Amino acid sequence: MKPAPFQYLAPRSIEETVELLREHGEDAKVLAGGQSLVPMLNFRLARPAVLIDVNSVTGLDGIEVEDGTLSVGATTRQRTLERRLSAGGSGAQDGGWALLGEAAGHIGHLHIRTRGTVGGSLAHADPAAELPAAVSALGATLVARSRDGEREIAPHEFFQGFFTTALRPDELLTRVRVPSWPEGTRSCLLEVSRRRGDFAQVAVAAVVAMADGRVVRAGVALAGVGASTVEAPDVAAGLVGEVPRPQLIAELADDLCARLDPPSDTHGSAGYRRALAGHLLQRALLDATSPTGAAAAA
Amino acid sequence: MDVQQESVVDPAAAGPAAGVQEVTIRVTVNGAVHERPVPVRTSLVDFLREDLGLTGSHVGCEHGVCGACTVLLDAEPVRGCLLFAVQADGHEVTTVEALATGDELHPLQQAFWEHHGLQCGFCTPGILLTAYDLLRERHGVSEAEIREALSGNLCRCTGYQGIVRSIQAADESWER
Repeated sequence: MKPAPFQYLAPRSIEETVELLREHGEDAKVLAGGQSLVPMLNFRLARPAVLIDVNSVTGLDGIEVEDGTLSVGATTRQRTLERRLSAGGSGAQDGGWALLGEAAGHIGHLHIRTRGTVGGSLAHADPAAELPAAVSALGATLVARSRDGEREIAPHEFFQGFFTTALRPDELLTRVRVPSWPEGTRSCLLEVSRRRGDFAQVAVAAVVAMADGRVVRAGVALAGVGASTVEAPDVAAGLVGEVPRPQLIAELADDLCARLDPPSDTHGSAGYRRALAGHLLQRALLDATSPTGAAAAA
Repeated sequence: MDVQQESVVDPAAAGPAAGVQEVTIRVTVNGAVHERPVPVRTSLVDFLREDLGLTGSHVGCEHGVCGACTVLLDAEPVRGCLLFAVQADGHEVTTVEALATGDELHPLQQAFWEHHGLQCGFCTPGILLTAYDLLRERHGVSEAEIREALSGNLCRCTGYQGIVRSIQAADESWER
């Protein structure tokens, strides 16, 4: 037995869960898939007095399309997302949404993804995690519930720093809503990690909608290059209205890299990460803007 | 409020989390139903080994990296060390003990025997269940798919060559 003692609560509804969060707030941790939290409990890096297990909460999981918006419940397993939304999956009718399935496929190993949840990954907010980058690039909305009601949070407001989000202690992340992207949207997620299944040294998520050879809409976010997911609105803005020539993409990538302040650690120096970010960003954008998507494979 | 709240066994303990807390769970393991009281912070793999005596599931790193504790929860491979036993309440667990029938090895185990799929054997139960999940509904898996599935299981003896060969052989020999 590794974790410090805790009180275990297993509510069945969202209403009960937010009541418990109101009651225990700061002393409680929400247990979803547990693939990051339980190791922290086992190392006793986290010692919450109360664990609120949301795995039995009804209405918190599942993937739905409502009025053209994709809605993914917080306790949806990463494996389910991977199966449903990767290219060729049954839910991949929208070229942008396939990015979520691609991102999920990079998380840990199969055995982690069968248990790990979408909401857990987002609320944990590891700066090197793939899903926060994917939802940022897609311009998704995170939905939080408390006893006071529901609020919608944009990714750049939600991800506040190292393992830090905008969620208040009495709030539960219930779902993420992903807008529809136009026809002709392509997405690409590229990642470099030391070993298969490791967190990214750097990952780049890119979504690009094209019409008549020009970019009409774009979203770009990076993981592993800052204290949290780094959105790149300047890169997206620089592409919109333009023909995405390699020269333009290279300039945008160089501009972004000059402004990045990536961490230095045992997994890579800041300089290495900056160089990696530039290369991956160029390749991801070339892939997402090319009709065949051959660029990234090359 | 219909919340599953556990009784604090030691009423003199200070604070809600200070006492020993137990909850009675009902879990189906390898087809048999077990109903046992279990402390809420006991991991599933510790419960399987210490309470049920199913020592085939091994405890390696206890933080989800090595895969030695892999079991199937409702037919999906999971880390037994990252799940509390209480979370398996009402669910079905399959361990490596379910593979063989008496003295007769499962075709997957037979393939590991014949193709040198193990040396010390510590990682083997987890790898067998990973391979079982991979092959159960599929035929003709590629080496790349096998290695992708195995990326979640650490083996420090074999270098994986024998393991990959064993799984390829089982893909042929296992009638399913």
